[in-house]
Amino acid sequence: MTRRLRRVPGYLFLSVAALASVFPLYFMVVSATNTSQDVLASRLLPGANLVANFTALVASQDVASAMWYSAVNAVATTVLALVVCSIAGYGFEVFHSRGKDNLMGVLLLAMMIPFAATMIPLFQMFATFKLVNSTFAVILPAIATPFLVLLFRQASRGFPHEIIEAARIDGLSELSIFGRIFLPTMRSTYAAAAVITFMAAWNNFLWPKVILVNNAYQTMPMLISNIRAGYVTDYGVLMLAVLLASLPAMLVFLILQRSFAEGITGAIK
Amino acid sequence: MSLTTIAPDGTSPSPGTTDARASRRAERRFGIAQRRNLTGWVFLIPAALLIAVMNFWPMFQAFLLSMQTGRGTRLKWADPLWYNYQRLFSDEIFKLTVQNTFIYLIIQVPIMLVVAMVLANLLNDPRLKFKGLWRTAIFLPCAVGLVSYSLVFRTMFATDGIVNDTLQAIGLVDSPVNWLGQPNTARFVIIVGLLWRWTGYNMVFYLAALQNLDRSTFEAARIDGAGPFKTFWYVTVPQLRPMILLTAIMSTNGTIQLFDESWNLTQGGPAYSTMTMSHYLYELSFQKNPNFGYAAALSYAILIMVAVLAAIQMKVGDKRD
Repeated sequence: MTRRLRRVPGYLFLSVAALASVFPLYFMVVSATNTSQDVLASRLLPGANLVANFTALVASQDVASAMWYSAVNAVATTVLALVVCSIAGYGFEVFHSRGKDNLMGVLLLAMMIPFAATMIPLFQMFATFKLVNSTFAVILPAIATPFLVLLFRQASRGFPHEIIEAARIDGLSELSIFGRIFLPTMRSTYAAAAVITFMAAWNNFLWPKVILVNNAYQTMPMLISNIRAGYVTDYGVLMLAVLLASLPAMLVFLILQRSFAEGITGAIK
Repeated sequence: MSLTTIAPDGTSPSPGTTDARASRRAERRFGIAQRRNLTGWVFLIPAALLIAVMNFWPMFQAFLLSMQTGRGTRLKWADPLWYNYQRLFSDEIFKLTVQNTFIYLIIQVPIMLVVAMVLANLLNDPRLKFKGLWRTAIFLPCAVGLVSYSLVFRTMFATDGIVNDTLQAIGLVDSPVNWLGQPNTARFVIIVGLLWRWTGYNMVFYLAALQNLDRSTFEAARIDGAGPFKTFWYVTVPQLRPMILLTAIMSTNGTIQLFDESWNLTQGGPAYSTMTMSHYLYELSFQKNPNFGYAAALSYAILIMVAVLAAIQMKVGDKRD
């Protein structure tokens, strides 16, 4: 009995932490279905105002366009980042040499560069090439990150070299060894990388805000931030917009959660 | 645990079975080895080029920019060259944003890492029930975007919002607190928000590290008669040191660069009292009268702070006892 009692504080602490973690999200979901007055009256039960909130939201904001731009940015960034970073990580590990190891060390330093220190010149650079307001300018800086290259390099370390040797003897080209053997076996690493990149790209705020000067190209985070800036806030409408802005990234995370954990654990082993 | 070996010694040797074989048949395969080396370079060139052009090159440009003055695009070299840096030291708003950022850093990061560590230890207990449920619930905030959660917290902490309603209902306050309208309560809300958003994230890193530890060390501690607290402090923590170092550096790095919360949760207000350095940087660069030169100097101040704090943490975290 005392053994059991000793475990009570642990469960209590976990319960408080779990409740605190989930409550703001519950509040967001429930508030999206309530009127602004109900939200301020702290109503915590689902209401009947979801449709009215949605009608009000799409009447005042171009949600469809923001969703589209967010989706294009996030999907394009994820696909390109996975291709570019995984092939680089594979190259660093499988064909490693002194020069490549040194280069990797230099690239890792980029992880320590705050975005603030590159933001203004990046903006100037894209402005020079008349690429302000373009999707290209939103995604290009997000494609290659030292973190992803490192993740794939670490994952390649656990990939058996015998398989590569055998494939070479069978006459496969280096590119098809990568594409047909490495890529399918490393599914959980790719899933982890996809989750990280998609969520970062979908939720990115500062860079899109800087480079998308024209609000016609705004993404979902920019849209909800601009609702906030309005004079009168309808909290029900705001929470619905926030919910819509959060949902895609949360779904990607929840769907790929298991592989995400596997991929991360595999990489830090 | 090789993720923890970040720069400057981020390159660790890797097992080279291919090398051994290649050298055995060196003469016959010299051409092949060379071609493979080249293939490797081709594979990594796109990523390396992008990182160089999108990170290192702008960083260098920002340094040049930080020594120029002028509004908009009409820039000329400053006289003296370090004029912008000099100006930072007498800029009261800049000092305030540094102070704000460090308040967030010093209060939030230690609390977060300790709570994350405790949670990870609780979750690592093999006898714990509903493990997946706890883990998912506590990690869930990380799936939410920074702008989104800032706006949810803004709504919850509104003067007529749910937090005040609850506090009044249980009798903790008599009248509603103007959370976002006063400097210290507004900072408090930002800190609460940061804790909410990032504790689970750090917990996952600790949990992954804990799962890689050798369970026999805990057994040995138990047989030697160490209680749970002693085991935690003398057995678990020392083994997790590389991961603690990694999370400390990541959190410091992130806190120094805060922008979304300052912009969306408090708008930097009231009167700059919650504004972060990045927020001020944005204001200098893209609002009112853009001053790229001065903003670039500010961005270099942020860069130097990140580098110095990371160096200090590596020095402290790497010490052997």
